[in-house]
Amino acid sequence: MTQPVVGSRALRKEDVRLVSGRGQYTDDIQIPGMLFAVMLRSPHAHARIVHVDTSDALRMPGVVKIYTGQDLKAVLPPVPTAWIPPDSDLKMVEHPVLAYERVRYVGDGVAMVVADSREAAEDALEAIRVEYEPLPAVYDQRQAIGEDAPQLHEDAPNNVALHWTVGTETEDTFRTAEVVVRQSFRQQRLIPNPMEPRSAAAHYNPATGEMTVWVTSQNPHIHRVLMSGLLGIPEHKLRIVSTDVGGGFGSKIACYPDEVLVAVAARDLDRPVKWTESRSEHFLATTHGRDHVDEVELAGTKDGRVLAVRVKAYANMGAYLSTAGPGVPTILFGLIVNGAYDIPQASSDVYGIFTNTTPVDAYRGAGRPEATYLIERIMDSYAAAIGMDPVELRRKNLIRKDQFPYTNPFGLSYDSGDYHAALDRGLAMLDYEGIRREQAALRSQGKYIGVGFSTYVEMCGLGPSQVAGAVGFQGGLWESAMVRVHPGGKVTVFTGASPHGQGEETTFAQIVSGRLGIPLEDIEVVHGDTHRIAMGWGTYGSRTTAVGGGALALAAERVIAKAKAIAAHMLEIPDEAVQFDDGRFHPEGRDDRTVTFAEVALQAYLAWNLPSGVEPGLEASAFYDPTNFTYPFGTHIAVVSVDTETGEVRLLRYIAVDDCGPAINPMIVEGQIHGGIVQGVGQALYEGALYDEDAQLVTGSFLDYTMPKARFFPEIELDHTVTPSPHNPLGVKGVGETGTIASTPAVVNAVMDALAPLGIGDLSMPLTPPKVWAAIQAAKNLKGGQAS
Amino acid sequence: MEARLSIQITVNGKTVSDHVEPRTLLAHYLRDGLGLTGTHIGCDTSQCGACTVLLDGEPVKSCTVLAVQADGTQVMTVEGLAAPGTAHPVQQAFQEMHGLQCGFCTPGVLMLSTWLVQQHQTSDLRHIRESLDGIICRCTGYENIVKAIARAGELAVDEPAAPAASQREGVPS
Ligand code: FES
Ligand code: FES
Repeated sequence: MTQPVVGSRALRKEDVRLVSGRGQYTDDIQIPGMLFAVMLRSPHAHARIVHVDTSDALRMPGVVKIYTGQDLKAVLPPVPTAWIPPDSDLKMVEHPVLAYERVRYVGDGVAMVVADSREAAEDALEAIRVEYEPLPAVYDQRQAIGEDAPQLHEDAPNNVALHWTVGTETEDTFRTAEVVVRQSFRQQRLIPNPMEPRSAAAHYNPATGEMTVWVTSQNPHIHRVLMSGLLGIPEHKLRIVSTDVGGGFGSKIACYPDEVLVAVAARDLDRPVKWTESRSEHFLATTHGRDHVDEVELAGTKDGRVLAVRVKAYANMGAYLSTAGPGVPTILFGLIVNGAYDIPQASSDVYGIFTNTTPVDAYRGAGRPEATYLIERIMDSYAAAIGMDPVELRRKNLIRKDQFPYTNPFGLSYDSGDYHAALDRGLAMLDYEGIRREQAALRSQGKYIGVGFSTYVEMCGLGPSQVAGAVGFQGGLWESAMVRVHPGGKVTVFTGASPHGQGEETTFAQIVSGRLGIPLEDIEVVHGDTHRIAMGWGTYGSRTTAVGGGALALAAERVIAKAKAIAAHMLEIPDEAVQFDDGRFHPEGRDDRTVTFAEVALQAYLAWNLPSGVEPGLEASAFYDPTNFTYPFGTHIAVVSVDTETGEVRLLRYIAVDDCGPAINPMIVEGQIHGGIVQGVGQALYEGALYDEDAQLVTGSFLDYTMPKARFFPEIELDHTVTPSPHNPLGVKGVGETGTIASTPAVVNAVMDALAPLGIGDLSMPLTPPKVWAAIQAAKNLKGGQAS
Repeated sequence: MEARLSIQITVNGKTVSDHVEPRTLLAHYLRDGLGLTGTHIGCDTSQCGACTVLLDGEPVKSCTVLAVQADGTQVMTVEGLAAPGTAHPVQQAFQEMHGLQCGFCTPGVLMLSTWLVQQHQTSDLRHIRESLDGIICRCTGYENIVKAIARAGELAVDEPAAPAASQREGVPS
């Protein structure tokens, strides 16, 4: 082979079907006789259900059946959560598949109509009459734990869902420190908005007892575990298919009530049933992300050594506990609030709080963006407080190369890195001195530009499974892979990971191609089907390549080991004397006698002449449990201008230097970083869910929830450093979330840097023109007032 | 149920006659009526552009057009861009430049891009970004979509006769 395939910019195999409109997303499923389901959702944030009258709706044309909470409460168990952080006093409140006596957020499911067309079902929805008795509602988590707040669940006094503390002692340090910086940050609520709405289609065969559910899932095997329990269908009779999924960003991890209901109806009616949410429904009924208030304190010396950091976090859980919800503000956040810095002491004190809002779960980065934001923001405030350049401050406190493996104050073992090298690379791309000179020159003309940094680290590819258990994740975090060589020498790879845009049909083929020496086009990667893949845990938390790729590397090695034994027999030489390269087996150091991989494959299946003790066939599987997390890191730099007349923030440059270890496909890695950055900038500047006093979602569509658009961005400038992780066979670190984690504070730091001369120290995200403009006006008035 | 109206549309070069409810959207008709599920529906407020098709050569959001309004028109969807086994320059460029990830926004983006290429509006990257205002992509950060469109413009100049002839029939040039 001329060019090594691992590390190459191989074009994506999945693109061929996706650019020609031949993908198969869940809503594309059409089965003869299929019925359509739509959900009636609560218009109230909090209300008692007095009566549901479906009589008129049932008489509408095309309506087959209507299900209400009362109908189902006796036959369907509540939806469980799958993350129970230890020592958090988690209140596992009941989450019924359909509300039967009380609704707790706008969008809570009340009834499901099944009809022979989508339109008929929608018409009938309007004819259902529900009598509600409205109750006081609360959307803000700090109000929800206040006195006299409306109570959501009897089992959760004061709406406290969980309380979890972790870390070292910090009190003495804070008492004696030369400098203490205190700041409160709001992590606004975000709406994931993958472009494919959630959808589920179910087909039941009463003769075999087999249920097939196509569902927009990032983790079909987790869906199988949960739905098996809810539906009472054993796993070997329950097939979950999630092959083409149009993005997830965390919002397709959870097992949702509506997905279960579709299966219930399909079994009950003995007809295939499909449901697809509208975008408006997505805003209400698909999990949201973030929504913290973080009170942060940093203790340091006057010359810029951080001594301790501590955080008190109030995390909004929404009305119920979503599948992974409780793990996000605890394990995925509280353990890494020291960021990339060598800080001797740190602690996190986290409250998870129920409110009358859509449940909150993982959203790209899940906990780590929140942690990174607070440390990166308060580092800048500390720099300002002691009059030090923010880059110098970072340089002084970043964990040094010689400190790895580095144990942080929470006991995490950071794997590897050269954080300073990434910072230096970024500064060189930026021309830091140049930009500071330009900034000074512009300021003298009354123009404001700013530069912001984020020297982040994050943890991803969680494992081993023992740790998953110890942190309360109700599953394993290993991954499976099977490499099946067919008699003709072509290969099918089965992975338990479930990519939905990340490109592993290609990167996994590259891993196998590199090892087996067969061309990419001879390898097919199968994912997202529980009947084809025995078990796996899915795609989230930037785990797919690190953990699933690790499993694949092991499985491929096992195939090679067996193939070598067969080849040795064919070549009539001892096993140890066989060399395997470029898809050919030959005696060590000699090229005159060879057998190809395809010849070995054929012989493995013919089995006419196998070495004794070797079974026919050529396939191997591996269940790989990583030894530890991986810790990608890097430096992100934003340069912005702020128009003081309009308050508009413009991103002038965006530089990212990331280290995710050796890239299997640099093109795909870059794509992940681009997308992540834009999503993180979305949080900094544009996106934010708002509720009104009645806990009604005000930002309920793309008309009032600003999604990042192409025209908001300059070209993104990327570079990389490469530090392999010792924690998996490929040396890779996750890269799916780094951009989102790093970019939000970089941009906000840049805006605050621009506005520093006006004395504006912090603004809450998103930094929209009206908000920035108002802050500038207030600052100018204040200055004017002082001057006069 | 409302009375059905008869329509005749030429979709990807093939003329179909059908009866549809007056309220049926073109996007739904293409997907449910003709099984052309390449056209996606990403929103219900005409913002995302996933449903974009070419109607008489112009890009339209098929979720804002009634099927009956398309009566007598030529519609091109992503399935009609190229014959199976071949690639339109726009499809090729999106693959080369990694202009898609999950692929859900992609059909609409490709149709808009096809129009931009036909209009020779692909030489200025800033202009491409402005032209994408009716598109929402959550995956790519738009970076490689912009590059792919520019690349498609280059490819179209290099090999102007891209789509298979049979697929172009009936599409006004
Ligand atoms: S589906 Fe047509 S614009 Fe979103
Ligand atoms: S590629 Fe996923 S939305 Fe655009």
